[in-house]
Amino acid sequence: MRLASPEMPLNLAAAQHGFLSPTGVEIAFLLVGLVTFGAALVTVTTRQLVHAALWLVVALGGLAVEYLLLTAEFIAWVQVLIYVGSVVVLLLFGLMLTRAPIGRSPDADSGNRWAALTVAVAAAVALVWVVVDAFRTTWIDLNGPAAGSTRVTGESLFRHWVLPFEALSVLLLAALVGAIVLSRKAKAESESSPPPVNSRAVTESSPSVTDSGIHPVEQEGAR
Amino acid sequence: MHLAYPAVLSALLFCTGLYGVLARRNAILVLMSVELMLNAVNLNLVAFDVWLSRAARETLHSGQALTLFTIAIAAAEIGIGLAIVLAVYRNRGTSDIDKLRDTAEGPETRGPGTEGPGSSAAEKAEATA
Repeated sequence: MRLASPEMPLNLAAAQHGFLSPTGVEIAFLLVGLVTFGAALVTVTTRQLVHAALWLVVALGGLAVEYLLLTAEFIAWVQVLIYVGSVVVLLLFGLMLTRAPIGRSPDADSGNRWAALTVAVAAAVALVWVVVDAFRTTWIDLNGPAAGSTRVTGESLFRHWVLPFEALSVLLLAALVGAIVLSRKAKAESESSPPPVNSRAVTESSPSVTDSGIHPVEQEGAR
Repeated sequence: MHLAYPAVLSALLFCTGLYGVLARRNAILVLMSVELMLNAVNLNLVAFDVWLSRAARETLHSGQALTLFTIAIAAAEIGIGLAIVLAVYRNRGTSDIDKLRDTAEGPETRGPGTEGPGSSAAEKAEATA
């Protein structure tokens, strides 16, 4: 109801839109949203770790379709590229490198799952209640030019958001360096530890470091 | 489209991710749930940006710019998080969050999985990390 006078027909139209007569876009959004929500539920409840990552692909792809339905094209393709393309692949690599069990793992959920369920359901009820109560009559007009085409997004990004954009590139660089440092520390340890194996007395003060450095895989397998 | 549809979907996805973060035991599954929560926020940002760009003639497109920033930060977060999980797994032989109890307070200060020869190395690695 805050619109100016030229939008009055649109405003009247917004008042006429009811939940019982959905448009085609709304039906599509609802169906894809159900698939997305179901895939997210399976992701957090399945006992097979690799299946959780694959259902996460379905959830993220469904969200990309939702972005397309909201006419945010650039965000949709970025979502497909970065999330489905790289993040899920990284997660699968992580599952592989930590030797996740292939079949059903009985201890995928911790002991506090009922408390977690209580908290999540309470938060969901509160959020949905507040959101529906607040935005029950708000209508998004999806007609006209796309609100999130590459041209529009690029213009706003490089006209108003240049400084945060550059800061973000610095943050990505810092994350890159940090990930490399975190990953290669133990590797440098294991590379530097084999020479002291022959002269064991030298490293007597820290046997655990060399032990864990020489045969990390066997030691992890033995535990 | 009613704004309530994307807002409700975003709230449900956020709470699904919240349940996963609280209930999962494997660290990588917790990271997946964090990704779900971040995506719920992204959907909210995009929906409100589309609404405001039409209803309020907002040309700054802050929602979409912030969505792009969130996606980039989520990519950085997943890289760092997986590096930490792999370092912990390399030192402890497990990626279960329940077994990482070195800083736990209360009667049982040391969990069953933290004793042994690998403990000092893990502590050293964590202290330097």
